[in-house]
Amino acid sequence: MPKALLTIESLVKNYGGGAVLNGIDLTVYEGEVLVILGPSGCGKSTLLRCINALEPIQAGTISLNGEPIRRDSKDLPRLRQKVGMVFQSYELFPHLSVLDNITLSPRKAQRRPRQEAEAEALALLDRVGLKDRAGDYPRQLSGGQKQRVAIVRALIMHPEVLLFDEVTAALDPEMVREVLDVILDLARQGRTMLIVTHEMQFARAVADRVVLLDEGRIVEEAPPEEFFDHPKTERAQRFLNTLTFETVKKKAKNQ
Amino acid sequence: MPDLGLEVLLKGKNMARLLGGLWVALRISLIAVAVSIPAGLLLGVVMTWKHPLIRALTRLYLEAIRILPQLVLLFLVFFGTTRVFGWDLSGELSSVIVFSLWGTAEMGDLVRGALESVPAHQYESAKALGLTERQTFLYVVIPQAARRLIPLSINLITRMIKTTSLVLMIGVVEMLKVAQQIIEANRMSSPNAAFGVYLTVFVLYFLACWPISLLAGHLEKKWG
Amino acid sequence: MDQSVLREYLPLFRESAWLTLRLGTMGILLALVIGILCAAVRYFRVPVLRGIAAAYVEVSRNTPLLVQLFFLYYGLPKLGVRTDPAVCGVAGLAFLGGGYMAEALRSGMEAVEPIQMESALSLGLTPVQAIRYVLLPQAVSVSTPALVANVIFLLKETSVFSAVSLMDLMFTAKDLIGLYYATTESLFLLVVFYLLILLPVSALGSLLERRLRYAGSGT
Repeated sequence: MPKALLTIESLVKNYGGGAVLNGIDLTVYEGEVLVILGPSGCGKSTLLRCINALEPIQAGTISLNGEPIRRDSKDLPRLRQKVGMVFQSYELFPHLSVLDNITLSPRKAQRRPRQEAEAEALALLDRVGLKDRAGDYPRQLSGGQKQRVAIVRALIMHPEVLLFDEVTAALDPEMVREVLDVILDLARQGRTMLIVTHEMQFARAVADRVVLLDEGRIVEEAPPEEFFDHPKTERAQRFLNTLTFETVKKKAKNQ
Repeated sequence: MPDLGLEVLLKGKNMARLLGGLWVALRISLIAVAVSIPAGLLLGVVMTWKHPLIRALTRLYLEAIRILPQLVLLFLVFFGTTRVFGWDLSGELSSVIVFSLWGTAEMGDLVRGALESVPAHQYESAKALGLTERQTFLYVVIPQAARRLIPLSINLITRMIKTTSLVLMIGVVEMLKVAQQIIEANRMSSPNAAFGVYLTVFVLYFLACWPISLLAGHLEKKWG
Repeated sequence: MDQSVLREYLPLFRESAWLTLRLGTMGILLALVIGILCAAVRYFRVPVLRGIAAAYVEVSRNTPLLVQLFFLYYGLPKLGVRTDPAVCGVAGLAFLGGGYMAEALRSGMEAVEPIQMESALSLGLTPVQAIRYVLLPQAVSVSTPALVANVIFLLKETSVFSAVSLMDLMFTAKDLIGLYYATTESLFLLVVFYLLILLPVSALGSLLERRLRYAGSGT
């Protein structure tokens, strides 16, 4: 039995009167890649934001290695270092070079010496094929390059779990691949990851387990082959059908 | 309770005199605004022209007016014209001239900014729809530019009103001058008048400017 | 213009310009401190203080410096608060400028998307580190044009200092016009000295603006 890394119990998150997350129970095991799917507005992104304590929650607990992640915890910065997060809109710091973007948090939050942080940053940049862009500013990079830098920025903190929040949704189609390849590579390394995405083929390829979220609840949970080929619930079938329909239309157009 | 020297204002026509002083300042601002808005609209349109000589001249006018303190401009017109041309301008007329020149420059720059803020593709899509240049300007550019321009030009009015307090320095009898006179005349009977009267002047200026600022802020938020 | 008159008055103007520059700088620095405090209190929604800051900003921006100075210099002593002209000038300028600086900084802070702060926090930076390394550098660079404009505006506003009997450039010019009828020379020196102060500041400002601008587009 693999070790439980991230445990979410009866999580409730309300926003403006309504429940965005309505009793979520979820355990992520060490080395597991969990993909969260669902229609827009189902609460997937909110769930990731809650795990990083960016949103106040109304009930339930979230814990990493048994340590509770709470917004009022004095230890929050240290806990957040163990949870890496990559945003849809990259959120690189525009006033810092690529290298400084990556080394800011190891130097300031972990008090690592600059030299060591920069050496690791360059090694990581090399892995994602961006070593020669270390001195550039975010505005000089394409969307795909920015997102790869954002992933490196999260990796350098040596997080125990990585959260990806629709990281390819803002990208031009031809740049999606370069970012997904980086994530696939991370999966091969055995990283623990929670991925929110709309890329179904990618989800199928990368996931160990797929979770379908709808109206703030988990409606189906299964290995990817089972989920995509033989969805159990009617909700999951409907969700997959809407996607298939879109695919058919595109094919018809391209012919 | 210390003597705040407010009772002076209740004596005789003192409060009315003070308000009369405010009116002098407001009148100067209103005339200057009435000149600046049409002149500034014209200047602003001219400033968007590409002709290099026109660009240089309008730019020179704008920068020259802007770099110097308004009080220096007042001195130049009030004392300078007497010396150079032998004219004997009154303080009030000098003020109107200076604030109109200044207001026109500021308004012109606001108009230029507003016109240039309308993105190029708006012109292109209007053209693509078959609108003439005149129609494009009337129905596409002006409505968008106006939303940006109106709050800013309302703000210019409060700046104008605040700046008119300077006319005291070239001898125009406005609110501060009236205040000085009241305080001086009642020096014996109410020695603390300076506190109450200047506080009142302060509050009156605030009451004159604040509602206008609020309106500008409100419109800016609404149309922003 | 009489050259000998110019030569004679030059030292007087130089001294006045120095006073304008000295008090102006002090007032502007103080205004910046007040502005930073007010902007921070309003941005982080500190209860009670944010209300006070908001009220202060409205009052300082909607009253003329000349009137503020009259109240400080002639009004307050009646309640026993006696201040010398230089202190009054600096205090008045700081009071006026604080409101303008606060607004410039606040709009800069609000221009930085909240998710930038979140992304800094999610990397494990403490809130103070996130403000120091992520929020402020971006806010300041967005605010720079407005801050520079404020500095120039406040330097120009010092021209009313003569109203509280400070011997600044206006005071000297008016004195010489009134006493010796040296109008042309006085006005000439007045303009020259103001340009000597304001042109370099304005040039420096546009240089700084260009330096600090990283296009703004693309994060």
